[in-house]
Amino acid sequence: MPLINRHGVWAVYRTEMARALRTMWQSIVTPVITTALYFVVFGGAIGSHMQQVGGVDYGAFIVPGLIMLTILTQSISNASIAIYFPKFTGTIFEILSAPLSAFEAVVAYVGAAATKSVGIGLIILVTATFFVRLEIQHPVWMVAFLLLTCVTFSLFGFIIGIWARNFEQLAIIPSLVVTPLTFLGGAFYSIDMLPEPWRTISLFNPVVYLVSGFRWSFHGAGDVSVAASLGFTAGFMVLCLAVLWWMFRTGYRLKA
Amino acid sequence: MPPILSIAGVEKHYPSGLTALAGIDLEVRRGEIFALLGPNGAGKTTLISIVCGTVTMTAGRVSVGGHDILRDFRRTRATIGLVPQEIAIDIFATVWNTVRFSRGLFGLPPNPAYIEQLLRDLSLWEKRDSRIIELSGGMKRRVMIAKALSHEPELLFLDEPTAGVDVNLRRDMWALVRKLRDKGVTIVLTTHYIEEAEEMADRVGVIDKGRILLVEDTAALMRRFGKRRLKLVLHQPLATLPAALADWPLELQAEGHELLYSFDANAGGAGIPDLLRRLDALGIGFKDLDTERSSLEDIFIRLVEPA
Repeated sequence: MPLINRHGVWAVYRTEMARALRTMWQSIVTPVITTALYFVVFGGAIGSHMQQVGGVDYGAFIVPGLIMLTILTQSISNASIAIYFPKFTGTIFEILSAPLSAFEAVVAYVGAAATKSVGIGLIILVTATFFVRLEIQHPVWMVAFLLLTCVTFSLFGFIIGIWARNFEQLAIIPSLVVTPLTFLGGAFYSIDMLPEPWRTISLFNPVVYLVSGFRWSFHGAGDVSVAASLGFTAGFMVLCLAVLWWMFRTGYRLKA
Repeated sequence: MPPILSIAGVEKHYPSGLTALAGIDLEVRRGEIFALLGPNGAGKTTLISIVCGTVTMTAGRVSVGGHDILRDFRRTRATIGLVPQEIAIDIFATVWNTVRFSRGLFGLPPNPAYIEQLLRDLSLWEKRDSRIIELSGGMKRRVMIAKALSHEPELLFLDEPTAGVDVNLRRDMWALVRKLRDKGVTIVLTTHYIEEAEEMADRVGVIDKGRILLVEDTAALMRRFGKRRLKLVLHQPLATLPAALADWPLELQAEGHELLYSFDANAGGAGIPDLLRRLDALGIGFKDLDTERSSLEDIFIRLVEPA
């Protein structure tokens, strides 16, 4: 008996990727158009009246934040729908009855969701080069932050998908928690630009750390230290893994 | 060789206080067709779901082919195929893709030749590139069966396989079940079509309120509980039974137009020729006669609803 069901992991991963291609319009074209709109509004209309931020043109300054904004929401929605929908339609029975361990199921579903997010992040990056002149100072770190964030938030989305009992619950965390935190997390500004006490309060916003580290990989400067960014993201990933481990162990909202 | 399926002391209690299974012990032999009979809510689906891994048990032990379903889940699940009661397939996938997916999910490398044969056997080959959403209900059910058989299971569970299925599909389904049994696949099914369990199953288990009431060879069960009835439609109605017929437990019905004789199915003719000769001697003529055997359904009703 093989120790790993690689055919099973591949079957789920491949099916999930095929689902993304089936809804390509929604998965790929939408983020590109949205990003282009952000550039027109923030980069062109507003940015032209703004000074540089930390020695970087405002248009280029917002690129890391924009990518972060999109991959956070995309990772969560991709991964949460991937597991919620089978629960909703009942097709989850096949996954639960398969010789597939919890770890393998997570690798397949979260891997597919993260792959899509990374792809979208890169597409936005390419789109951005049409609008602004972009330099990436630490490309390896940029990719590392991109991967780490996509995987972590796909894990988080997977948890939401298992937890949600209806479509409302599925949408509530991304729209009421993640999007506001991202907008307030310095996606479009440096938190140094905020007056006190808002600056200190912002340091409690986890998204600040994500955006800051990612921005550092582009422009060589961030709001908080790189170690803090990396530490926070890795810590959140470990937390998500722990919650998932518990969910599968107890069959929480998966098995009767 | 250990039994293909061995269930010992399995209980399922829900936090709401509902007890779905109150201690089930059951063994299914390799290569047999085993029918699980019981009214709605008896625990049939819960039991199947526990074996397949979609429901967790509160207590007990289940082994498949001698391997524990929890400790050795990879081995046991790879040998099990499940066709659930409800149709649940990704409606945007094509027939071919969803069956190929199931085979991979259960850990087997692709085998297009096997899947082609499977789809042909289930009359799905022409529909292989259709999306599930375009198929009729019967076709969807065939796809569910194809998915369950995609990984060549040794033990197949069919949960209410013929509920809401037309005559053609039902006939095809039973032909397939026989063919699978000939190949050595063990089949456990639940059904409401009790005549079919009687016709198809080697053994029958009756379950009610989360307990197994009995497990027996279908033929032995029929012998033990089976009754036969002879009905004679008389030319002239009888007001009372003549004393000369007191040797037989007879009843009159339909205002004396019909004479009813119930007897044990084991007893062969049970004196029917004698009865007919006696009637002839008494000048009681009849224009029609009919015999019937009690069905498994009658037996079942007597078991679960003790008078």
